Amino acid sequence: MSAFDAAAPYPARPQWGDRPSAAAHASELLSKRIVVGYGFWIFLLSDIVMFSTFFATYAVLVGETAGGPSGAELFDLRNTAIETACLLLSSFTCGIASIGAQTRRGSWFYGAMTVTFVFGAAFIFLEAREFADLVAQGAGPTRSAFLSAFFTLVGCHGLHVTAGLLWLLTMMAQVFAKGYRADILRRMLCFSLFWHALDIIWVALFTVVYLMGVAA
Amino acid sequence: MSHIEHTNDLDHADRAPGDTPVDGHEGAEGLGTYLIGLGLAALLTVVSFYIARTDLVWQPSIPVALAVLAIAQMGVHLVFFLHITTGPDNVNNVMALAFGVLIVLLIITGSLWIMYHLNHNMMPMEQIMQMQR
Repeated sequence: MSAFDAAAPYPARPQWGDRPSAAAHASELLSKRIVVGYGFWIFLLSDIVMFSTFFATYAVLVGETAGGPSGAELFDLRNTAIETACLLLSSFTCGIASIGAQTRRGSWFYGAMTVTFVFGAAFIFLEAREFADLVAQGAGPTRSAFLSAFFTLVGCHGLHVTAGLLWLLTMMAQVFAKGYRADILRRMLCFSLFWHALDIIWVALFTVVYLMGVAA
Repeated sequence: MSHIEHTNDLDHADRAPGDTPVDGHEGAEGLGTYLIGLGLAALLTVVSFYIARTDLVWQPSIPVALAVLAIAQMGVHLVFFLHITTGPDNVNNVMALAFGVLIVLLIITGSLWIMYHLNHNMMPMEQIMQMQR
């Protein structure tokens, strides 16, 4: 156990040996992982700032129903609860998948990624069905300013989840084709950050839109 | 010699946001973190959904309670899923997060504040419609 091993969050793997060049290589990979993760973290925060503008718009327009239906009349909390459970569980399985990727355990990685995809797809299915129901009731985005803001905010989150599902499939394909290479693992880190951030936005969303809409 | 240099570098090394604190051999500790996070998040979610429809508490307190529960749950997600900690390897991540939160608060409270006062100072919509005839 050298000082290097004690200081590094990720000790050098045994096969890298104890030579200085190997240690330099390990530290280069490590710092690149930190820089990539940090850059993606900045992107996610800017994405959250963008969502905050949609939240502000929604909060300003939530009362402007133009004589149309309000949230209390439209929202079905049972559907929202199932959506929330899907997204929370998929966030959990995404965490298992990133452990699986880092520990190079294929069954954990592929199994957890598949479960994550299934929960994410179920979320998108439920949301699409809800939107179709609303439009069929005549409560589409053109009905009132409230509904325009609602479809913009919730739809934007749904688009993010859809993009995340496509990214998830490409991550599985990349690990399958190229293995647990350092660059692939960095992409996996970014993907898991993205997926967890979507769940954080959903927490704000189900509280502000659905729960407060029904309670108020 | 370069070995020693890198040792010094790594003393101040940051940790990437979202990096799981597994040591590359055992995933058990990391899994425990996710399990705690899942449990706490599920608990907070259930309480939120219950509070939203209950008659047990004073009704005007419900939106406040929901906001507090949501902020608590976002904190749980940040700590247990994104592994944002107060440790020295996480200072940069926390500072970026703090700046993001500042901007979010400015946008939301600023918009609501301005629009509330605009609503107050504007003449009712029916009168504007009549003026446009």
